Amino acid sequence: MLCDECKERPATVHVTQIINDQKSEVHLCEVCAKAKGHLGFAFKPSFSVQDLLAGLIQQFSEEPELPIDMSFRVSDKCEVCGMTLEDFRRTGRLGCGRCYDEFREQLEPLLRRLHGSSKHIGKLPRRVGGIAHLKRLEGQLKKELQKAIASEKYEKAAELRDKIHQLEKDIKRGEVS
Amino acid sequence: MDIKDEIFAGWMRDDGPETDVVVSSRIRLARNIDNLAFTHIAGHDDLDKVLRTVEEVIKSTRDLADMKIIDLDSLSVFERELLVARHLISPELAQNWERRAVILSEDNESSIMVNEEDHLRIQSLLPGSQFQKAWEMANRVDDLLEAKLNYAFSEDIGYLTACPTNAGTGLRGSIMLHLPALKRTNQIGAMLNAVLKLGLAIRGTYGEGTEATGDMYQISNQITLGQSEEEILENLSGTARQIIYQERNARSVLLKEYRSKVEDVVYRAYGLLKNARILSSEEALKLISEVRMGIYTDIIKGISASVINELMVIISPAYVSKVEDRELSSYERDVKRAELVREKLSSISIL
Ligand SMILES: [Zn+2]
Ligand SMILES: [Zn+2]
Repeated sequence: MLCDECKERPATVHVTQIINDQKSEVHLCEVCAKAKGHLGFAFKPSFSVQDLLAGLIQQFSEEPELPIDMSFRVSDKCEVCGMTLEDFRRTGRLGCGRCYDEFREQLEPLLRRLHGSSKHIGKLPRRVGGIAHLKRLEGQLKKELQKAIASEKYEKAAELRDKIHQLEKDIKRGEVS
Repeated sequence: MDIKDEIFAGWMRDDGPETDVVVSSRIRLARNIDNLAFTHIAGHDDLDKVLRTVEEVIKSTRDLADMKIIDLDSLSVFERELLVARHLISPELAQNWERRAVILSEDNESSIMVNEEDHLRIQSLLPGSQFQKAWEMANRVDDLLEAKLNYAFSEDIGYLTACPTNAGTGLRGSIMLHLPALKRTNQIGAMLNAVLKLGLAIRGTYGEGTEATGDMYQISNQITLGQSEEEILENLSGTARQIIYQERNARSVLLKEYRSKVEDVVYRAYGLLKNARILSSEEALKLISEVRMGIYTDIIKGISASVINELMVIISPAYVSKVEDRELSSYERDVKRAELVREKLSSISIL
């Protein structure tokens, strides 16, 4: 979720206010929370509905800037869902999985800014081809190899090295076929 | 009893690890079906298609077939809000309920929200501090679904989500912490600042004042890409361990220096809950927090923390209104709330 205020940084301060059983929510990044005097949840002056409204109005009157390269053609559209970069800039959301391909150039720097990385190293669905799994396994074994060497477990290291060689062969064979 | 009338949910049990400080641990995985528009721009046909597809998968998968599919369209506004109060669906899903569903396991510990911000939000919610088990549960449900669904996924970016802040693992781990002693020793601000510096997100609930109502704080990971699921959860658990340690320290300092004062606060809170005739939700949350602190500092015995967790649902505006099944004025609600709390506590005698 992006910050309600700046639509630029991820929202890390989430505030729910309940007065007389009426709930209101606001989501801010650390910078905006600080700027509004909201950091550390020690709100002074306390958070008010007026602040919320002001935030909303500001949002509509000022074009929020996303830190992405805006040198795109306005006609750039996702071929699956019809979403444009302009739409993304307005809503902070993509339209479908294909959008990530279509707007890759602009998304990469944003992802790096949000997450410090744009490369997934977590779970892979099983249906994703075997090579992706082999590459992932290779990465894990290489890490284990470094650990084994560092702790002078040379027998284990040799074992791991053989496994990695075999994996590399399998990966190469898979990529050729 | 019908699932939509129940108050209880698995996370309210008091047998989880570290329940003196940790109320619950939650894992949420965001997943989307390939080649379909994400929920926020999807038309009725696409939303229906997601619902039908997921329903078919649930019914045809032996290990999931026991789960109950609840169309949010079929519920009243109070029933939807009650699911929010029990932490089984998100406030967002309750607000945008048309063509939405939630799929619940029998013990309410696993759930799947359909057509939330992403097509699927797989959740597991357990009492106390148990990310590892919660992750294993959600991961298993994900494996079962994935065997029959084609997810929007790219090898580079991982699971593709409507909002880029969830892309990659799609994993959000959150832990609900009860921190009454850190608050009373004025350490909350510093602690929350430190948590933000670690790149984690915080969530608090406020009333009119500037202090969190009920001393409940939720901490969750912000980064979902470039780290493995295990790394993300280890980072969160590590931070939680530190906070648990600090809160316990603060409790023992309070007890050592101000024992009578703490006892007074706890017994007064219990007395008010047991006898008050008018209770706002804000006051009730504050009193419940104080009694909870009394239970885990062994000041009062004979009342379990799971009763306290149930009270947190009983006092919710949704439940109070649902009991009467009509829109109540705020005065009527406060009167009814006090009555429901007294009823719940009537069979309990503290030692
Ligand atoms: Zn901001
Ligand atoms: Zn698209």
